[in-house]
Amino acid sequence: MTDRSNGIAFQCTGLVKRYGDVVAVNGLSLAVHRGECFGLLGPNGAGKTTTIEILEGLLAPDAGHVEVLGLRWDRDEHALRQRLGIQLQETQLADKLTVEETLKLFRSFYTRGRDVTDLLRMVELEGKRKSWVSKLSGGQKQRLSVACALAGSPDVLFLDEPTTGLDPQSRRQLWGILNRFRADGGTILLTTHYMDEAEVLCDRVAIVDQGNVIALDAPKTLIASLGEPKVITHHGTLEDVFMALTGRHLREEQ
Amino acid sequence: MSRGGASHPIVELSLARLREIFREPEALFWAFVFPILMSVAMAMAFPSSSNAPTRVGVRQAAGADSLMAILVESKTITPRLVVAEAEARALRDGDVDIVVVPGTPPTYRYDPARAESRAARLVVDDALKRAAGRTEPWTASDQLVSVPGSRYVDWLLPGLVGMGIVATSVWGIAFSIVQARMRKLLKRMVASPMRRSHYLLAQVLARMLFLLPEVAIPLLFGHYVIGMPMHGSIAALVFVSVAGALSTGGIGLLAASRAKTFEAISGMVNLIMLPMWIASGVFFSASRFPAAVQPFVQALPLTALVDSLRAVILEGASLASIAGELAILAAWGVIPFVIALRIFRWR
Repeated sequence: MTDRSNGIAFQCTGLVKRYGDVVAVNGLSLAVHRGECFGLLGPNGAGKTTTIEILEGLLAPDAGHVEVLGLRWDRDEHALRQRLGIQLQETQLADKLTVEETLKLFRSFYTRGRDVTDLLRMVELEGKRKSWVSKLSGGQKQRLSVACALAGSPDVLFLDEPTTGLDPQSRRQLWGILNRFRADGGTILLTTHYMDEAEVLCDRVAIVDQGNVIALDAPKTLIASLGEPKVITHHGTLEDVFMALTGRHLREEQ
Repeated sequence: MSRGGASHPIVELSLARLREIFREPEALFWAFVFPILMSVAMAMAFPSSSNAPTRVGVRQAAGADSLMAILVESKTITPRLVVAEAEARALRDGDVDIVVVPGTPPTYRYDPARAESRAARLVVDDALKRAAGRTEPWTASDQLVSVPGSRYVDWLLPGLVGMGIVATSVWGIAFSIVQARMRKLLKRMVASPMRRSHYLLAQVLARMLFLLPEVAIPLLFGHYVIGMPMHGSIAALVFVSVAGALSTGGIGLLAASRAKTFEAISGMVNLIMLPMWIASGVFFSASRFPAAVQPFVQALPLTALVDSLRAVILEGASLASIAGELAILAAWGVIPFVIALRIFRWR
């Protein structure tokens, strides 16, 4: 893969997005390297989804600058979309299409990419090829959704809370798929509010709160920055980092 | 271009839409079975009027028996005795077209607003006067002519087919789009390199493919089972059906261009469909509306479609002779479509 932008897969500077009086994103900046798995971590309402949707070109920021793969949304949208894989948080795929039909549909939008059969194998849904989407389990639906995002052999994969609501086994299965995508040189940006997910998958994480990054580093470094664990038996986690920074729990119910 | 086992996006999008339609049994019922059930019911409720007897009520009173005897003689009259209290109800429900009150002379009770009742008065009056000894100056000879396609059901079926075309176009397209929007599927597709024009084109294309069975099944049933005539050319029929579906597809697109909930789209579509159901002459001739509202009635796309279908099917009209109707359909096809494209909400 050629490096046309100094190893930067995508970056944004000074992003601002307001909804009426609410400031969802407040001057946020990020730069993610090629081949990196980067996590946006934060509670609900922190601005993670707004940020990722601005990067995906689905939302226009009120202020700030976005560049993905050296291209810009206002000039190169179609070329850019051919090279990105996007999975949205709330998408429900059509109930009455089969797994294969759904994948074929998404595959048809891309000028390059894998065969549908390969995609099915990658996400371990070969056995469900002829099943209606409505008959799939939550984990299977999510894997199909990721397969649709992988249909064009993207350079960058954007995933918004890919494992929310899944059982532990389904989550691990999805992590495996993402790790294989990275092994092939892909770049991933994912949002999550699961600490363990960020620790397992991400090279670096940005902890987002109230529309801005309050900490950014490798998970291990962030945890180490806490200093000595207060309790011997307790292993430091990103949850502790967030608490130390904000005095609140990451998954606190609002 | 290699697409990894997939076809062109327009093909895949159209196939996806068609599969969704054919996997929805309710949609098939409304499109195929409903027009047939409706025609059968109408054929039974409104039999060919030529041999329908005149239903006459005779008030139960002194002299009723002799009146009954006279009326029974006439082959075209079915008389029955009614008690005075039941008269109003029998007239209202159409159980009898007229009530004869015995007397010298007798009294006729009927509603002059009903054509059947006015005819019944002539028939009864004629029978009674003849029995009373009226001499005829002459007797005309009747030549009975049965014009094919003059039955109500022959006239109704093309109207039902037209209504089906419009309903499927507007409801079908509007609902599928709003559903995709609600499920964030529209947003997901826009996040992919899919061309937006491909999506909209596929909606219309899938609708066109669905049109074939939707028009063919009721018309074939009508022709071969009910005996509805088919005077026009198949090409003209196809042209008119496609024009009707394309035209109202634009309306469906416009209705769905902003709506985010089923409640919103249901209200919107009902608002569009209801005036057409009432005013477009599906069940009774649109010419019955007063002249003041005729411009409005004639401008409705369903009126233009139903008139065109009847002209082609029942009269064998050429496309040139229905150019006015086709122009109305074209206008409805273009204007809402252009507006829809401008205001369409993809998220």
